[in-house]
Amino acid sequence: MNLGELKNHEKELHFFQLRIGFAGFAVLAAFALLFARFFHLQVLQHDTYASKAEENRISIVPIAPNRGLILDRNGVVLARNYSAYTLEIFPARVKDLENTIQALAELVEIQAKDRSRFRKLHAEVRNAESLPIRTRLSDEEVARFAANRYRFPGVDIKARLFRQYPYGDIASHVVGYIGRINHKDQEKLAELEVEANYRGTDYIGKGGLEASYQQELHGTTGFEQVEIDAGGRGIRTLARTPAQAGNNVTLTLDIRLQEIAEAAFGRRRGALVALEPATGGVLAFVSKPGFDPNLFVDGIDPASWAELNNSPDRPLTNRAIAGIYPPGSTFKPYMAMAALELGKRTQKSAINDPGYFEFGGRRFRDSKKGGHGHVDLYNSIVKSSDTFYYQLANDMGIDAIAGFMGKFGFGAKTGIDLEGEALGVLPSPEWKHKRFRRPEQQKWYAGETISIGIGQGYNAYTPIQLAMALATLAANGDMYRPHLASYIDDQRTGERRHIQPALVRRVALNPDNVEFVKRAMAGVNREGTGARAFGSAEYTSGGKTGTAQVIGMKQGEKYDEAKVSERHRDHSLFIVFAPVENPRIALAVIVENGGFGARAAAPIARTVLDYYLLGKVPADDSAGAAANGDEEESD
Amino acid sequence: MALEIAGISPRRLAARMVAGIDGPLLALSLALVALGLATLFSASFENPGRVSAQLANLAVALTAMWLVAQIPPQTLMRFAVPAYLCGVALLIAVALAGDVVNGARRWLHLGVTRFQPSEMMKLALPLMLAWYFHRNEADLRLRDFAIATLLLAVPVLLIARQPDLGTAVLVAAAGCYVIFFAGVGWKVLAALGVLGLASLVPLWGMLHDYQRRRILTLIDPTQDPLGAGYHTIQSTIAVGSGGLTGKGWLHGTQTHLEFIPERHTDFIFAVFSEEFGLIGNAALLVLYTLLIARGLMIAANAATFFARLVAASITLIFFTYAFVNMGMVSGILPVVGVPLPFLSYGGTALMTLFIGIGILMSIHSHRRLVQT
Repeated sequence: MNLGELKNHEKELHFFQLRIGFAGFAVLAAFALLFARFFHLQVLQHDTYASKAEENRISIVPIAPNRGLILDRNGVVLARNYSAYTLEIFPARVKDLENTIQALAELVEIQAKDRSRFRKLHAEVRNAESLPIRTRLSDEEVARFAANRYRFPGVDIKARLFRQYPYGDIASHVVGYIGRINHKDQEKLAELEVEANYRGTDYIGKGGLEASYQQELHGTTGFEQVEIDAGGRGIRTLARTPAQAGNNVTLTLDIRLQEIAEAAFGRRRGALVALEPATGGVLAFVSKPGFDPNLFVDGIDPASWAELNNSPDRPLTNRAIAGIYPPGSTFKPYMAMAALELGKRTQKSAINDPGYFEFGGRRFRDSKKGGHGHVDLYNSIVKSSDTFYYQLANDMGIDAIAGFMGKFGFGAKTGIDLEGEALGVLPSPEWKHKRFRRPEQQKWYAGETISIGIGQGYNAYTPIQLAMALATLAANGDMYRPHLASYIDDQRTGERRHIQPALVRRVALNPDNVEFVKRAMAGVNREGTGARAFGSAEYTSGGKTGTAQVIGMKQGEKYDEAKVSERHRDHSLFIVFAPVENPRIALAVIVENGGFGARAAAPIARTVLDYYLLGKVPADDSAGAAANGDEEESD
Repeated sequence: MALEIAGISPRRLAARMVAGIDGPLLALSLALVALGLATLFSASFENPGRVSAQLANLAVALTAMWLVAQIPPQTLMRFAVPAYLCGVALLIAVALAGDVVNGARRWLHLGVTRFQPSEMMKLALPLMLAWYFHRNEADLRLRDFAIATLLLAVPVLLIARQPDLGTAVLVAAAGCYVIFFAGVGWKVLAALGVLGLASLVPLWGMLHDYQRRRILTLIDPTQDPLGAGYHTIQSTIAVGSGGLTGKGWLHGTQTHLEFIPERHTDFIFAVFSEEFGLIGNAALLVLYTLLIARGLMIAANAATFFARLVAASITLIFFTYAFVNMGMVSGILPVVGVPLPFLSYGGTALMTLFIGIGILMSIHSHRRLVQT
């Protein structure tokens, strides 16, 4: 190190130490500022703040609002509240939970179910003031505990509002259920910046309309100023801002119609969606099996939860919006519509159907052995010729099919006011490219287009998509977004907010072609595959049967090995609108593993239409009897 | 050495154990931790497990401190670049795939545990900048300061975007201290200051609603007494009602009637202040001042440019934490998520702090090794 560098080094060190001194001075100044602030607060303003702390013996206690009701279109209550006493434990104030619960069990009945539910809540719920160990106490139990209350610090009786679903599992996938606010809900509330309004609220909508209309149903939290003693217990109420009850939500759905539709399913699995073509209002919305939402209200016990969650019938899956199924032959009217609109066929076009279509050395077979012989476009729908549509699909090509079907909403979310809608699959080369990884799988083969024509192959849609497409056809191309809510009664302003029909798009269609396809669908129900179910109807209707192969179409879940054969039976589908001249209802129904469309699905549709259009209530068993038609029916 | 190891171990082992441990630093930080534990005990009357949990955190943090104190500054310097690059990479990973908690994307999932990369930046950034300045020590030009500013801006902006304004400000401060001590001219400093103030305007536009509300609430907390203003109102009442001598340990009404939110973590100072009063606050300030004085002394006597910069910046970070936290609790700074160093409950913060102490100790014990 030479002298110059050393000098430089010393200069630098000196410079650094100067800055250290400066920093030290800044630290002292900042701390002096803090000290001044402390002095100001703790000495000069001490009296003010001391009295404020004293006043702070006044605690602000939130008053949870009453949750809004959910009503059907005729004002029948589907979700309501009732008040009941619960026995609650403040976990933070109880030293030995197990012993306390044991001692409580000598006063009031506490089942194993209650204990496991309590443990589950205790593990899951954050920041909980108190948790229920028993709900719905009898008056006698309330009295017994009250007499022994002194023995149980940190345990108290509370009057709470409970949610009740009078219809049980009917429309359970529509109404949904509520449950305790958990961590995830809490984060969502924080994101929405409504946490303050949920102080005092323990429950939140978890499924169905209870979830999608949560903000409407919740209401505004009130506050009560309570004087508290040094131990934090309330002595008396000083002032009160009442809570504002949540808004009532009234649906387009008719619960009578819903009941009849669900009864028509019996114990079969499946889904049904009925829409009003002119508005998109949902008239009936079935997903079978359902579940009893009342089980969730005060925290579902683990055993019931496991049963619902592990059942191979998947009762918690909302099939109507989240189940995806190949549409089968119900796809054909749209294929015919596409052929007419795109000029690939005329209303007069006809083929000779030998019972198969040959392509690339492979035979695509018709479901009717030997074929239908001479088939024109009209009869291709009425008799449901597969050969006709194999050929048509091949002539149109996949791009034209995908382009046209996209306009009818196939493979897109409908935007219904429920959470958890599935997308489905509208097959196209682009879709396949995105779906698969390996290059040889990504390529679209011309042979794959052929079964697309009869609603098989990669085709997979939700029942709500099938219903919306049909409603669009019934309304001559006007597509309305399906919605379950009809209007909301705002409790604060007293105003009634109607959910306006939302026109998604107008599909440009030649009225002549629309007329033709509707006529052919009317033919289905008069003289074709739907005639068995609808031939005797007192109104006109246009329908289409469908049978969807389950084997080879592995989009869905893995089925229980033991039940494979039963669960690989074909799905039965039916779509129908009525009356033909001025359609008031359009519905799609699917019965899982129900076999031919005409056999299982069509009678259910008939039952629903009979009630909706004529007010006819089915005699018991009619649907069951209709389900036992002969097996030879072609679809 | 002030520290005694039980007396049962042989002398040499004891000597080896305490090698590199700086008595005053350890004593001061442990005194602060002790105050913290006492306050925590009072604050967690409903959950006494917190005190033992914090003791466990302390054991881990002290071990980390001891280990870091054994690493010579030269070795530490070699970690600077990889730690910084790794930190930036993790921040980018968070921006792309982090977990969202309370609307902010701060956490990275690492198998079973979640990890906040921004925490790591609190030490990695000053190390990096100090490394950079040290390398170019002989001839520092304006260009070097520009590059340093860039090195600082990248992680700070990534953290601010999460959004985590509190941590972004702290990390930025750590970097700025290094730049300041490296000797950037006063004129440049003034210019940067003006630029910083001017950038507040567009920054305001970038802020999330809740952040703006926090700042507006500072001006008038009564605007939102149940929401954002609640913290400030209640903590100010706690401090003010403490008076000269405080309400006494375990006797704070604000604390025990549960009016103070986050009373274990960011607002523990409100509990302390309510129960120990102005005298307690003064004592706390004195402890911090002594700790900072010791740190600055170590910086002034450090062997290398790198060591000086790191020591000074870490020391001032302790100061910044303490100042911002106490300022926020007493209502003169906006509510940002900054813990009170050594007092607040929480393992990660304690770990970072004691690693910082460990670095200071290492710099101190190696102050002469290079010069001779």
